[in-house]
Amino acid sequence: MNRPTTEAGERPGAPAEAGKGSGSPAEAGDKAGAPLRPVPRPPAPQEPSGGPGVAYVYALGRAGAALEATAAQLTGVRGGPLRTVTAGSLAALVSSVPADAFSEEGMKAQLGNLAELEEIARAHHAVVEAAGGGATVLPMRLATVYLDDARVRSMLDERGAEFDELLSLLEGHAEVGVKVYADARAAAGPPPPDAPDPAAPPVSPGRAYLQRRRAQRRTHRDAYRAAGAVAEEVRARAAALARDRVVHRPQQGELASGPGENIANEAYLVPADRIRDFQRAVSAAAEDVPGVRVEITGPWAPYSFATPPPVEGRSA
Amino acid sequence: MNGGGARPAAFAEATYPTDLSEEDSLAGRQIALIDLLDRLLNGGAVLTGDVVLSVADVDLVHINLRAVIRSITPDSPAPW
Repeated sequence: MNRPTTEAGERPGAPAEAGKGSGSPAEAGDKAGAPLRPVPRPPAPQEPSGGPGVAYVYALGRAGAALEATAAQLTGVRGGPLRTVTAGSLAALVSSVPADAFSEEGMKAQLGNLAELEEIARAHHAVVEAAGGGATVLPMRLATVYLDDARVRSMLDERGAEFDELLSLLEGHAEVGVKVYADARAAAGPPPPDAPDPAAPPVSPGRAYLQRRRAQRRTHRDAYRAAGAVAEEVRARAAALARDRVVHRPQQGELASGPGENIANEAYLVPADRIRDFQRAVSAAAEDVPGVRVEITGPWAPYSFATPPPVEGRSA
Repeated sequence: MNGGGARPAAFAEATYPTDLSEEDSLAGRQIALIDLLDRLLNGGAVLTGDVVLSVADVDLVHINLRAVIRSITPDSPAPW
């Protein structure tokens, strides 16, 4: 369970366990009468009719009933059955996916296709979410693929101490997403109707356009400033309740839904028993501030806090 | 004492926390893909898997995505 800390760093020798059997050949050969068995090779992971499979890793956690239960209940990407791959005290949730579709080229093609990307993302998340409901898990980044279970096992062996530490830090916490939006239209009141207002005084179209533009710019600027202030307030309130913070890029582009412009997109690591307090405190930061909206997502498995090794004081 | 019999109900109605119903609707809604991708492409433990997607490739995904989405949803122009 407690791995020697020296194993956390670079190991000078080649991965000893990976792909090799236990006994040394010299010893085995001396056994009189014992047939010299070749080093047992793990069976080829999964060779469904569609070709050889590779191992897609969703999350890892401490080996035990919780992860086993998730593996038994769910299927993974492309409906493949889940299994656990265990090494020491850790286990990874894995399913087989077709090697060709999940080669580097295949993956690029898949991830560049929105429908396929969404399918993989949702399948991945469903597994992480289910596993995270019963245990502390470390979610993997999308499309983490190993050639076979033995390679997953040696990855768990090599970085076991690091994972163990990270899991301990994340235990009893969840990630909560907070986004702050500036919405000039909300600040300016209801959007103008599409048809021109018949009661409006006759103004030349050009001048009307310029007036409208000026007013819009003003409200836009005001909403933007107000949103900046709310974002600051959110940070202060969140800092009192959260343990860590990660800043994501503001959401842009057509996938960014909802009105307004996203000016802050952050994730907080919050102790499970403070999540409701956190949600209340943060959402209250935008109360009665016209043109500013705070959106809270989650609680999530700690995706945003599984990336780098924990550094003390990453957030004040 | 019994004169205030109607009050608790009215009081309860008036102060029923609105954030509760908000939370319920949040739970019932499908997670926005963009929030998911924030986490799945920028978060998650990064392991050197046997198939490596470099950071540049992930950026490529974002770029491709924009193109894909633009092509499938007629983009309504921003009002300013």
